[in-house]
Amino acid sequence: MGATPNGFNLDSTGKRIVVDPVTRIEGHMRCEVNVDEQGIIRNAVSTGTMWRGLEVILKGRDPRDAWAFTERICGVCTGTHALTSVRAVEDALGITIPNNANSIRNIMQLNLEIHDHVVHFYHLHALDWVNPINALKADPKATSELQQIVSPSHPMSSPGYFRDVQNRLKAFVESGQLGLFKNGYWDNPAYLLPPEADLMATTHYLEALDLQKEIVKIHTIFGGKNPHPNWLVGGVPCPINVDGTGSVGAINMERLNMVSSIIDKCMEFNKNVYIPDVVAIGGFYKNWLYGGGLSGKSVMAYGDIPENPNDFSAENLYLPRGAIINGNLNEVHDVDQRDPEQVQEFVDHSWYTYGEPGKGLHPWDGVTEPKYELGPNAKGTRTNIIELDEAAKYSWIKAPRWKGHAMEVGPLARYVVGYAKGHEDIKNQVDGLLRTMNLPLTALFSTLGRTAARALESEYCGRLQKHFFDKLVQTIKNGDSTTANVEKWDPKTWPKEAKGVGATEAPRGALGHWIKIKDGRIENYQCVVPTTWNGSPRDVAGNIGAFEASLMDTKMERPEEPVEILRTLHSFDPCLACSTHVMSPDGHEMANVKVR
Amino acid sequence: MSQIETFYEVMRRQGITRRSFMKYCSLTAAALGLGPAFVPKIAHAMATKPRTPVIWVHGLECTCCSESFIRSAHPLAKDVVLSMISLDYDDTLMAAAGFQAEAALMDTIEKYKGNYILAVEGNPPLNEDGMYCIVGGKPFVEQLKMAAEHAKAIISWGACASYGCVQAAAPNPTRATPVHKVILDKPIIKVPGCPPIAEVMTGVITYMLTFDKMPELDRQGRPKMFYSQRIHDKCYRRPHFDAGQFIEHWDDDNARKGYCLYKMGCKGPTTYNACSTVRWNEGTSFPIQSGHGCIGCSEDGFWDQGSFYNRLTNIKQFGIEENADRVGMTAAGVVGGAVAVHAAISALKRAQKKNQEKVEG
Repeated sequence: MGATPNGFNLDSTGKRIVVDPVTRIEGHMRCEVNVDEQGIIRNAVSTGTMWRGLEVILKGRDPRDAWAFTERICGVCTGTHALTSVRAVEDALGITIPNNANSIRNIMQLNLEIHDHVVHFYHLHALDWVNPINALKADPKATSELQQIVSPSHPMSSPGYFRDVQNRLKAFVESGQLGLFKNGYWDNPAYLLPPEADLMATTHYLEALDLQKEIVKIHTIFGGKNPHPNWLVGGVPCPINVDGTGSVGAINMERLNMVSSIIDKCMEFNKNVYIPDVVAIGGFYKNWLYGGGLSGKSVMAYGDIPENPNDFSAENLYLPRGAIINGNLNEVHDVDQRDPEQVQEFVDHSWYTYGEPGKGLHPWDGVTEPKYELGPNAKGTRTNIIELDEAAKYSWIKAPRWKGHAMEVGPLARYVVGYAKGHEDIKNQVDGLLRTMNLPLTALFSTLGRTAARALESEYCGRLQKHFFDKLVQTIKNGDSTTANVEKWDPKTWPKEAKGVGATEAPRGALGHWIKIKDGRIENYQCVVPTTWNGSPRDVAGNIGAFEASLMDTKMERPEEPVEILRTLHSFDPCLACSTHVMSPDGHEMANVKVR
Repeated sequence: MSQIETFYEVMRRQGITRRSFMKYCSLTAAALGLGPAFVPKIAHAMATKPRTPVIWVHGLECTCCSESFIRSAHPLAKDVVLSMISLDYDDTLMAAAGFQAEAALMDTIEKYKGNYILAVEGNPPLNEDGMYCIVGGKPFVEQLKMAAEHAKAIISWGACASYGCVQAAAPNPTRATPVHKVILDKPIIKVPGCPPIAEVMTGVITYMLTFDKMPELDRQGRPKMFYSQRIHDKCYRRPHFDAGQFIEHWDDDNARKGYCLYKMGCKGPTTYNACSTVRWNEGTSFPIQSGHGCIGCSEDGFWDQGSFYNRLTNIKQFGIEENADRVGMTAAGVVGGAVAVHAAISALKRAQKKNQEKVEG
């Protein structure tokens, strides 16, 4: 097989290991690797195993409704697709939003980043590093001491507290019904934490579970519910009324106070628990620096969180925008989602066809025709796959490329771009963390680096949330309570044809929606989402995607137990429902889908 | 917390007294036709019995149901998972993956035949031999059928499992199909919504554990306790509807006063759910309270009823005592525009009153 253009040596002669389902992710995913005699991964294949077809469903609908449909692409990163969608529609129709709507949208988006990162770390990722069974051996007093060293300001640190949690855990394990911990890899030597650290982290798993339901109440206040709050083209649906008749039913002082107290809780948790845990757990694993993949080569971010409304220039965004290729951190390229030569999707190894091989399409002109077929070297049958043939089509995920390059997106990509651009907050955070952990900058390009970047970003987003809350209050104080611009609400005011792009930084990375509107209806809708970038299959030139690249050359302690594979895949926080919804804008092609 | 938390202890922690617990055991004994001698035995069983195994599978979905479930405040999600049920398979949260995950599933089915609850999030697509949703190399629909075969009961979480939801919206390219159209021989509880309210989800599960029976269901298979009334029936903005006070444009003065969202397309009048009573995220708010109309996410086919901002014109003022079944049966024959007329009359009355005030003032 040999070297890929993006610099990985593939060798599929060793033993094939299949992981399906990959669990603790959103949606459905499969992974296959070949390991050599030393248990080192020499070939990696990642497959999206679900497909929903949302874009074809959107065709012909009211563009003002699109946020609700696209929001249902994902209930984990809930709201981020909705925000991207209203931005795309507003861009197409030339709708500007008021200052308060910008602040509220930013608070909601930042709130999602924090919620998503916290839930990801504690409830989807932690069990790759933390062994809750081993926590039973911990001394609660020593755990208390550890907690106070790791995070002196965290109030929940008494020996009695840890003893209670340990007893509860003990009762749970002794009941013989292990529930979610059943069949875990608890005696695998890949787990390195001492029992006290395991007990501390398991305790925080439960604390975070309690906290996450509080974090999202900001969505509930502004959007009425979570998951899936409500959004509005032209602004936000919640009116502000701080002192007039009926203010009890609007955003008023009581609601603002609640938002403010939740923002404080987020900041406290980041400071007292999340960041210290990542440092403490990371400290025990700092020699496990596998998983860099594309992060040191090619990364991309669209940028997000505009200070001023309706201005998406890079200088106006708190989360950075840019692309780095071939590991050259000295040059950050600008990214333009409108340029037909920049973002393109390929389907040579995906279960779709463009009719001709090697063709790439910009999302505004995207075409999708599903074509489910296994390659000649696949093992099993079409409804009972034993092993895939990656030389042929093998995934429901398309292969997006930026100027032909496979890119990694996500918190680490944002932080690498930010670092390279000299983003002050990001640079300070990264340098500080590396200093604390006594690690060089190169350590950032790893599974651990991805996990750490997410924690740092959660902390940064907490501060930004506070900034936009203060801004919201200041604007109201200045006498402006406007939350929506309805000038172009009526479709009669729209041009006959229009097209637009919406871009955000979803928790998992760069997210773009491309819309074409004709006669007041959606003519074409395409989303290219973070996990499509990261989970991308190979392209016609042979470049492997970010998931696949990150697994390469990792040593597995026990190849039959996929702890290391899960660790690295989870560090991306995969979201398969997002990545595999992609579908044709041309509804008539659906006639090709056989109904059996 | 030094012992195994049993069902009884969880009940105690939730404020149920020993006395109520014993009364519950006597009632259970009586209901089963057993004499008073059996009461201590039932009490003993309740105080020591193993947690009910739950298998939670995922088809085509967006995971919003799982996310909602972990938002539950009473009971807390951690208490449900650690002390009330045994969540033996859930690919979103479980530690094991691949072979070991599948083994956990098979082991639970084998060990608890006829005694586990199957919770389904999402739905199976039937086009392309089911391969639009693959689990363990095979169509999800096979996993669903296998897990359903020996389940005691099935819970269809959310709009996907109950009705099909967004991937089943026209033209439903994957032929995403609700659970009850694939599994025909098991009791199925539908808990619709996109997602359902967290406390409704945990409420349904704890009801089954506490009373050891299926909740009472309406004709569509939804628990009556949460789905027998419309959002509109219990909406705190209802007086504004009755008074003809409506929001005319987003963020207008009426919006800031909290008037009725009917003219902005609110589907509260035709949506059966507990949003206006239980509310969301520990009672923090619900869509109408936060200024957006209800989009009807717990109703069958809500994606294909026109824009979310189109005003309902096909409802009339049926009384709140009507239940979903009767409305379901009569909806087709409803006179269009009845509400619009009602609204116009209210507005007229209001205008007259204003004029009067002006004259008097």
